[in-house]
Amino acid sequence: MTAPALSIRNLSKRFGGALALDGVSLDVGRGEVHGLLGSNGSGKSTLIKILAGFHAPEPGAEVRLYGQTVPLPLPGAVARARGLAFVHQHLGLIPSLSVAENLYLGQLATADTWALNWRRLNARAAATFAEFGLALDPRAEVARLSPVQQALLAIVRAYDDLRHATEDHADRPGVLILDEPTPFLPRAGVEQLFGLVRACTATGASAIFVSHDVDEVREITDRATILRDGRLIDTVETAATSHDALVERIVGRQVAAYHSAPRQATGALARIEGAAGRGAGPLTLEVGRGEILGLAGLIGSGFDALPALLYGDGDASGTLRLEGDRIDLATLTPAGAMAHGIAYLPADRLGQAGVGSLPVADNVSLPVYARLRGRLGLTDTAVRAHAAELGAAAGVKPNVPALPLSALSGGNAQKAVLAKWLQTAPRLLLLDEPTQGVDVGARQAIWDALDRAAAQGAGIVVASTDYDQLAQLSHRVLIFARGQIVDTLSGAALTKDTIAERCYRSTSRTG
Amino acid sequence: MTTPDPTEARIAALEAKIARLEGAVAPRPAPDWKHGAERFGLVGAWVLMILILGAFRPDQMFAWNSYATMLGSNAMVVVLTLALIVPLTTGDFDLSVASVMGLSSMTLAVLNVQMGIPIVPAILVVLVVGAIVGAVNAFFILYFGVASLIVTLGTGYFINGVILWISNSGTIAGVSMDLVRAVILTRLFGIPIGFYYALILALVLWYVFQHTALGRRLLFVGRGREVARLSGVNVTRMRTGALIASSVIAAFAGVLYTGMRGAADPSSALAFLLPAFAAAFLGSTAIYPGRFNALGSVVAVYFLSTGIMGLNFLGVSSFVQNLFYGGGLVIAVAISQLIRGRRPMD
Repeated sequence: MTAPALSIRNLSKRFGGALALDGVSLDVGRGEVHGLLGSNGSGKSTLIKILAGFHAPEPGAEVRLYGQTVPLPLPGAVARARGLAFVHQHLGLIPSLSVAENLYLGQLATADTWALNWRRLNARAAATFAEFGLALDPRAEVARLSPVQQALLAIVRAYDDLRHATEDHADRPGVLILDEPTPFLPRAGVEQLFGLVRACTATGASAIFVSHDVDEVREITDRATILRDGRLIDTVETAATSHDALVERIVGRQVAAYHSAPRQATGALARIEGAAGRGAGPLTLEVGRGEILGLAGLIGSGFDALPALLYGDGDASGTLRLEGDRIDLATLTPAGAMAHGIAYLPADRLGQAGVGSLPVADNVSLPVYARLRGRLGLTDTAVRAHAAELGAAAGVKPNVPALPLSALSGGNAQKAVLAKWLQTAPRLLLLDEPTQGVDVGARQAIWDALDRAAAQGAGIVVASTDYDQLAQLSHRVLIFARGQIVDTLSGAALTKDTIAERCYRSTSRTG
Repeated sequence: MTTPDPTEARIAALEAKIARLEGAVAPRPAPDWKHGAERFGLVGAWVLMILILGAFRPDQMFAWNSYATMLGSNAMVVVLTLALIVPLTTGDFDLSVASVMGLSSMTLAVLNVQMGIPIVPAILVVLVVGAIVGAVNAFFILYFGVASLIVTLGTGYFINGVILWISNSGTIAGVSMDLVRAVILTRLFGIPIGFYYALILALVLWYVFQHTALGRRLLFVGRGREVARLSGVNVTRMRTGALIASSVIAAFAGVLYTGMRGAADPSSALAFLLPAFAAAFLGSTAIYPGRFNALGSVVAVYFLSTGIMGLNFLGVSSFVQNLFYGGGLVIAVAISQLIRGRRPMD
């Protein structure tokens, strides 16, 4: 009997107290496309990262490639040599280099070659593309390729690396691991990409296809493994499994305690008409006074575009009516948005929300410096006193305003940057992933702060992939797919499971 | 979550108390003595250097007159360093400052000596010329998005050509004695009055950086452009302002330089670029460690020039200047990296 291409036994990974992966075992057959499905936190990215050598698994695990045990933790070079090749969501291409340079990047980076023959390398690249029926110019700059062409190039590169690595053992052609390469691609591009994957597996190689998109998994894979909360739920023959059956396995059927009494928004605060940009829209919706509005969807659905659009960050079109003010989104700037009483907390905490190398005191005081000015001007004493007061109210620990922001834990830094905006008493507060990388205690403190702001009449818009958070925090949740709002949940329907289910169903093209 | 419950209220009260206690015992950023050592280390090193050099040449190193002269004759280096730290704070390099200083010096001499324009209007014209150079730098850096290092390297070299052109490659002497009197001949406590101009400018910049909202916003622009922009700061306007301020201050350094000598030559000002950079970076390790700051810059300029003065007294030839400034720049940046815990520079 021939051993499967990749065989994983009893793979576990613990982060702190939590099991991210709990005794997972699965086999990927030769020439098979194997789907890996699960929602956020299900453990699928942990599994991929163990195979890529980023994480060391717990003792007791075993990984075999074509029947041969590989050492764990798995060094990247060994994974490469034995025939594992990865295509990550961000593809790992260097945009300013040519197609051929990118194609041979791995070989150029490691080989001791003193005489590169570009004419020959370009010809070899052209031959490889011709083999897969791709019209790519080896001399073109990667930045000029369309997103679909870039994804195709990344896959061809991974396949070419596999073939290169397995030259001396062609009977073990290797496994391609595709980690969500599709969310930002148009439908036609996805089909082209699938064609390429099939061409690769036709030569005997295997593939693991990680995705959020149930329909895509059904289309391309032979079998699929579903993970939930770190555990393997099921491995199914995809042809014999319905869309609903897969969604059911991804979401689970546990009955969760749901939201406290649904609070009613008191009248409309903001009306958004035809807002478009950042791959979403045109969107028309209302935000009520005192309402917490959740935005949910799968990656690439555009659910996270709205907060930035309404703050004037990036190109947008459409209008926002905020209590009688008519704001044109095309000309809105962050400063203009602030003047209208709009605040925005981006997801990138130390890149966009605060400066890690500057003190917490300055980070939280930035929007209100003018208010803190004394007779002799702005003093560190005044700024720190203000920050200490704000930090104590927000529960920032340690509440030492002179510390640089980067010295705080994720949760405490987030409390601080949220307090920075809440002190301006915004009419409309926009948040993107407000509790990403935040511990449970801080999460609760942040929710409470948002609840209080809403109780005082602010409208709050929260984009998040954390369905549990949306279910507990929001009064209403909008589900996005392909840049549009496809569903609205409120009241008793607002549970973690329903949100997850609607998000996964949103991709169903059969309805 | 919203139901009022006496138990929950008590738990909340207890949590608040714990939070207060935790806040009270939270670790300080660094013990006070260590922080003080960091802030005043350079001042201490300066005193130590005076004592060591003084041990060899006591009559020269401990004479007030030596210092009075040194303080006065390095005033334009202080001003040039102050010109640099403004755009450095907003995250831009200005390599054209020394050229602007030379251009201003030469333009002043041409206007005053060759064209007979009175000195006060001539100074005003020179400062406007500085502002124009700053605006050109800002235009290429911000409109085209070219790196400031490249733009100012180019404009600096371009200006050097302009200086040679307008001066016919020669020295112009005979600048109004009013200017010479107003810069070097008048003395206060034995120090030429030019020193006090530099000191006043340093205090103004210190106040702006430390005690105005504008100064703090400039710092945010330098450290986190995205953060500043998303916090409503007009990043483009801030950077433009910083580049124009830099060139105007550099033009003022040129005015002082002309006044000090009563003449202008086409090339000597260019040699001040490196000393100014060395002082700016060395100054960022003192007084407000980790930030380019005006008071630290003043200390750094005089730390470096004291060392050079002392070595001159010891009879070391003039190449020591290059060793001192060049070495000073690299060591200053290395020290500031140590303070930052060897994180890459941002």
